[in-house]
Amino acid sequence: MQTRLFAAPSPHIHGGERTQQIMGDVILALVPALLVSTYVMGWRVLLISGVAIASCVLFEYLIQRFMLKGRTTIGDLSAVVTGLLLAFNLPAGIPWWIVVIGALVAIGIGKMTFGGLGCNPFNPALTGRIFLLIAYPVQMTDWTTCVPDGISGSTLLANVKAGAVQLSEIDYVSMLGGHMNGSMGEIGALALILGGIYLLWRRVITWHIPVAVLGTMLLFGICVALPEGGAAIWQTPLFHLLAGGALLGAIFMATDYSTSPMTHKGMIIYGVGIGLLTMIIRLWGAYPEGMSFAIFIMNAATPLINKYCRPKRFGTKKVM
Amino acid sequence: MNELLLTVLTLSLLGAVLAVVLYFVAQKFKVYEDPRIDDVEKMLPGANCGGCGFAGCRAMSEALVSRDNIASLYCPVAGGEVMTSIANFLGKTAPEKTPQVATMRCGGTCQKRPKVNHYDGALSCAVVNTFYVGESGCAFGCIGYGDCVAACQFGALTLNEETGLVEVDADKCTACGACVKACPKGLFELRKKWPKNRAIYVACRSKNKGAVVSKVCKAGCIGCGKCAKVCPFGAITVDNFLAYIDPEKCKLCRKCVNECPTGAIHIENMERLPKEPKPAPTVESKVETAKNE
Amino acid sequence: MRTFPIGGIHPHDNKEWSKDKAIEILELPDEAKIPMIQHIGAPSNPVVKKGDKVLTGQLIGQSTGYVSANIHATISGTVTAVDAYPNGQGQRRLMVVIKREGDEWMPEIDRTPDHKRECTLAPNEIIDKIREAGIVGLGGAQFPTHVKLSVPNDQKAELVIINGVECEPYLTSDYRNMVERAEMILTGTEIVMRAVGVSRAVIGVENNKPDAIAHLREVIARDNYKGIEVMPLKMRYPQGGEKQLIAAVTGRQVPPPPALPISVGAVVCNVSTAIAIYEAVQKNKPLIERVVSVTGKHLKSTHNYLARFGTSASRFFELSGLPEGDVKLLNGGPMMGRSVVDTTAPLIKGCSGLTVLSGEEAARGKELSCIKCAKCVSACPMGLEPYLLSKLAKMQKWDMAEEHNVVECIECGCCSYTCPSYLPLLDYIRIGKQTVMTNIRARAAANKK
Repeated sequence: MQTRLFAAPSPHIHGGERTQQIMGDVILALVPALLVSTYVMGWRVLLISGVAIASCVLFEYLIQRFMLKGRTTIGDLSAVVTGLLLAFNLPAGIPWWIVVIGALVAIGIGKMTFGGLGCNPFNPALTGRIFLLIAYPVQMTDWTTCVPDGISGSTLLANVKAGAVQLSEIDYVSMLGGHMNGSMGEIGALALILGGIYLLWRRVITWHIPVAVLGTMLLFGICVALPEGGAAIWQTPLFHLLAGGALLGAIFMATDYSTSPMTHKGMIIYGVGIGLLTMIIRLWGAYPEGMSFAIFIMNAATPLINKYCRPKRFGTKKVM
Repeated sequence: MNELLLTVLTLSLLGAVLAVVLYFVAQKFKVYEDPRIDDVEKMLPGANCGGCGFAGCRAMSEALVSRDNIASLYCPVAGGEVMTSIANFLGKTAPEKTPQVATMRCGGTCQKRPKVNHYDGALSCAVVNTFYVGESGCAFGCIGYGDCVAACQFGALTLNEETGLVEVDADKCTACGACVKACPKGLFELRKKWPKNRAIYVACRSKNKGAVVSKVCKAGCIGCGKCAKVCPFGAITVDNFLAYIDPEKCKLCRKCVNECPTGAIHIENMERLPKEPKPAPTVESKVETAKNE
Repeated sequence: MRTFPIGGIHPHDNKEWSKDKAIEILELPDEAKIPMIQHIGAPSNPVVKKGDKVLTGQLIGQSTGYVSANIHATISGTVTAVDAYPNGQGQRRLMVVIKREGDEWMPEIDRTPDHKRECTLAPNEIIDKIREAGIVGLGGAQFPTHVKLSVPNDQKAELVIINGVECEPYLTSDYRNMVERAEMILTGTEIVMRAVGVSRAVIGVENNKPDAIAHLREVIARDNYKGIEVMPLKMRYPQGGEKQLIAAVTGRQVPPPPALPISVGAVVCNVSTAIAIYEAVQKNKPLIERVVSVTGKHLKSTHNYLARFGTSASRFFELSGLPEGDVKLLNGGPMMGRSVVDTTAPLIKGCSGLTVLSGEEAARGKELSCIKCAKCVSACPMGLEPYLLSKLAKMQKWDMAEEHNVVECIECGCCSYTCPSYLPLLDYIRIGKQTVMTNIRARAAANKK
C-alpha cells in the first residue's frame, strides 16, 4: 500500500456521531410504541408501518435518482423515520393505498421540493398526515376497524369534546398502557415516554421542546379547569397530556431538527406555542385534535424564531 | 334585482375610489428615471457578473447614462461592438478596449508536479490556502479544487481531471474577471485576446529560485532569463525569478518558446517555430503542450 | 467543580500515550533552522549574516516593533545561511541556519542547576527582561508575553491565571512540566504576579491530571508560595482557551472584542511560559528550548523532549518511529494542531507537541447535508452559530458573517467535531474570519486616512 501524508485544516478528529446513528436512535425509540400498538391493535399496524416506510424510502430514492439526478441519500435513514412517523399518525384501519399517497406527499412535497433533508420547513410526516386528513377525512377518522378490544367509535378526545364521555369516567391507567382509540403511534403513552427518555439519554433531543409543549398544555389545562374546581383540576390536564397525539407530537414530531429552532430559548418559545395552539384547537376548534396543526403552524414560525433567538454570545449579558 | 344592482354599484364605486387613491399615491411617490437606462440595460448582456466593476447590469446602465465621460466604463462580456452601439445610442464616445481572455498561468500538471501529500479537508482552494501550500510542494501553483470553475458564470472553465489543472475555453470566456478574484493564488490574468484564440504566456507564477522551483515542479519558470534575452521586442521581463510576457508588446514570434528549458512558456492554437531538434526535456514539454491544447 | 459557561465538548483525552514519559533532554541538533517569525506580529530582522559565529542564546533576530519578539541562537556554531525555507505547512519563511560547533553559551546565562527564587526587580525591569528573552505564549498562540504583561494605565490587573489546563487531547508537555518542574512554574508565577502587581494567582488544571494538582499543591505548601492557589477544573474542551479559562476560574466573561482579558482584571499565562519567564528573569536565559510531546497511538515510542528550537521535525519522528501506512502529522494536538507536510521544518516556539495520527484516525467522514440539529450551536464555546457562519462564508456573504460575529470564533473546532453530517464547518468559518478581519483592517486604515 502506498503511504500517504494526510493534510487537512483542524480539527483532525471527530466525535464519531453520524446522521444515520441519530436517525437509528429515533427509530429505536419509536419501537416500543410500535410494539404496544401492534399488541393492542393487531398485525395490521406492522403492515401499515411497513407500507409507509417502504413507500417513503422508495419515493425518496426515485425522486433523487430520476428527477433530481443526484446522489441518493436513503442511506441516512431519514426516509425511514418519516415513514414510521407518518404511519404513527394514521389510524390502523386505513387502506394501504392512502398510506402510499401520504408517503408521496410527505417525501415529494414535504421534503424533496425544498431540497431534501435539512431544508424542509415543515415536518414531512406531518405534511403527509395533514394532506390525508383533508383529502380523506372519512378514512382518516375511521376508528372502527382495527381497534383495541372493547373500544370502537371515536377517539377519546372527540368523545370528550362531544360530551359523550365525562372526564371523570376515564381510566387513566389503561390510557397509559395504550388501551384507547387513536392513531397507531399515539396510544401507549408509557412506551412513548420510554422512547423520549431514550432519546434524551442518547442526547438526540434536549428536554426543552417536549417539556415546553407538555408543560404549557398542563398549565393551560389547569387554568381551564380552575373554575370547575375539584377533581377536574388534575383530570383535565392529565387527560390532555395522555390523550391524542400530545406525547407523540411533543417528543417525536416537534423535535424534528430541521423544523425546530436552533437555540434552547427558541425551542422553549416554539414549544410553548405548540402547547398553546394545541389546547386552543382541542378546546375551542373544529377538530378534536390539534397537535398536528399546532406543530405545523409553529414550523412556519421557526425561521422567525431563529432570527430573533440567537444564542447567547460569550461575554455579553443578555442578547435576544 | 335591487340587490344585484347594489352589489355592482358598490364594487364599481370602490374600484373607482381606489383607482383615484392609487393614482395620487403613484404620483406622490413617483421616482423619475431616465427611460434610456432601461434601453441600455436591454443592450447589455444581462449576466450580472460584475465584470464591469458594478453590482450588476442595471447599475452599469445607470452609470453609462448618468456619466458624461464613459471612457472608463466597459462591459467585458458585451465587447467592443456593443459598447460602441451603446455609446452611439447615448451620443457619447465609446470606450476603447482590446478584447481580453482569462489565462490560467500554471503548467504544473500531476505528472510535472507530483502530489506529495493527500489533502482531506473541504474541497475548496480558499480553504487549502488558509493553512498550507497545497498537495504539491509548490506554494504558487494551481490547487485544483476549482473555486474558479464555481465562480465562472459562463462555463468557460473546466477542471481537467487528468492534469489536475483548470483549462479556459477562450470562446466561452467573457473576461469578466470572476476567476481572477476567485483564485487564491492569483493565477488568472486577463490577457489580450489574439485572433483565432492564439495565446502565449508564462504558465508559472512561482517567485522562488530556480532550484526551489525545479524541486517541486518540472514545468515551472526557473527565472533563467533566456527568454528575455531572445525576445526581439523587449516584451519579456524577469522579476523575482519569474518571467512575464507583456501582452501589449508581444508579437507572437514564439522565439522564447524554444528557449525555455522547462517548457513554462505555453502557446495555444499555434505551432512552435521549426528549429533544430531540442534535447529531451523540451521534446517532452512539446508533447505536453500539445496534450494540453 | 468549575468550568466555563457555554458550549464545549468532551473528546477522549488520549494522554495515556505519553503522560508517563519523563522529560528527556534531546541531544543537540547538528543544524538548527531558526525562523524569524515564531510569534504573532511583525517578523524579526536577522542581525547575523552568513559566516558569523554565534553562541547559544545570542540574539540573531531583532524584534521589529512592539508586538514582535526577539529570536536567539539555540545552538552555538556558524551561520551557514539566512534564507527562506519551508515551514511545516510548506510555506517559505526567512530562517537563520546555524551549523553546530560544540556547545558554547553566552557568558551571562546562568547554567547552574540551583533554583533561584528571590526576585527583587521592579515590574518594568522584569518586563524588559522578558522582552529581551523573546518570550511568547508557549501554549500555541505565540503572542509576545511582554505585551500581555504590560497592563495599560487605565486598567488594573487583579488576578494572574496560570494555564495548566492542557485541554487539547494527546499533548502532555504542560503536564510533564507541572509534575517535574513545579518549582520553576511557581517562581515564574511569583515573577508574573510581581510584574503586573497582584497578590493572587490561580493555576487552573483540569481534573484529568490529579497528580499534577497534588504535586503543585504539595510544593506550594512545602516552599510556602503565598497567594498561589491550584484550582482543579472539570475536564472539558476548550478550557485552555484564554477567555474560557478566565470564565472558568473567575466566573467573569471577557466582553466581545476589542476588549482584552485585562478588562476583567485577568492576566493569563501558560505553565510552560511561566518556566520560560523564570529562566529569563532569574537565569538570564532567553527562550531557546521547550518541552515537546511526541505522541500518538501508533508511534513505536512516545516521548516528552526538552528540545532546542530549530531542530528538524523529522528528527522527532525518526526517534519515535513513524507507523507504516497513511499518517497525519500535526504540529500541536488533534483539535487545533496544524498539519505538517514538510518534515524538514524546524521546531518553533509555539509547538507544544507533535501528534501523529494514522490515516484511519484522521480521515474525514463523508459529508452529508446539514440537518439543522444545532449540535454545533450547543458546542460553540463562544455562543456563535457555526452552521450559519460556515454557510455565509461558503456563499461569500462577508458582511452578514461579520454581523454574526465571525471574528469572535476561536477556531477551537468543536463545531466540526460534533457535526453528525461531517460538514467541514470550521474550514469555511476560518476563511470567513480571515476575510472579515482583512476587511475590518482595511476599513480602519481607510478611516485613518
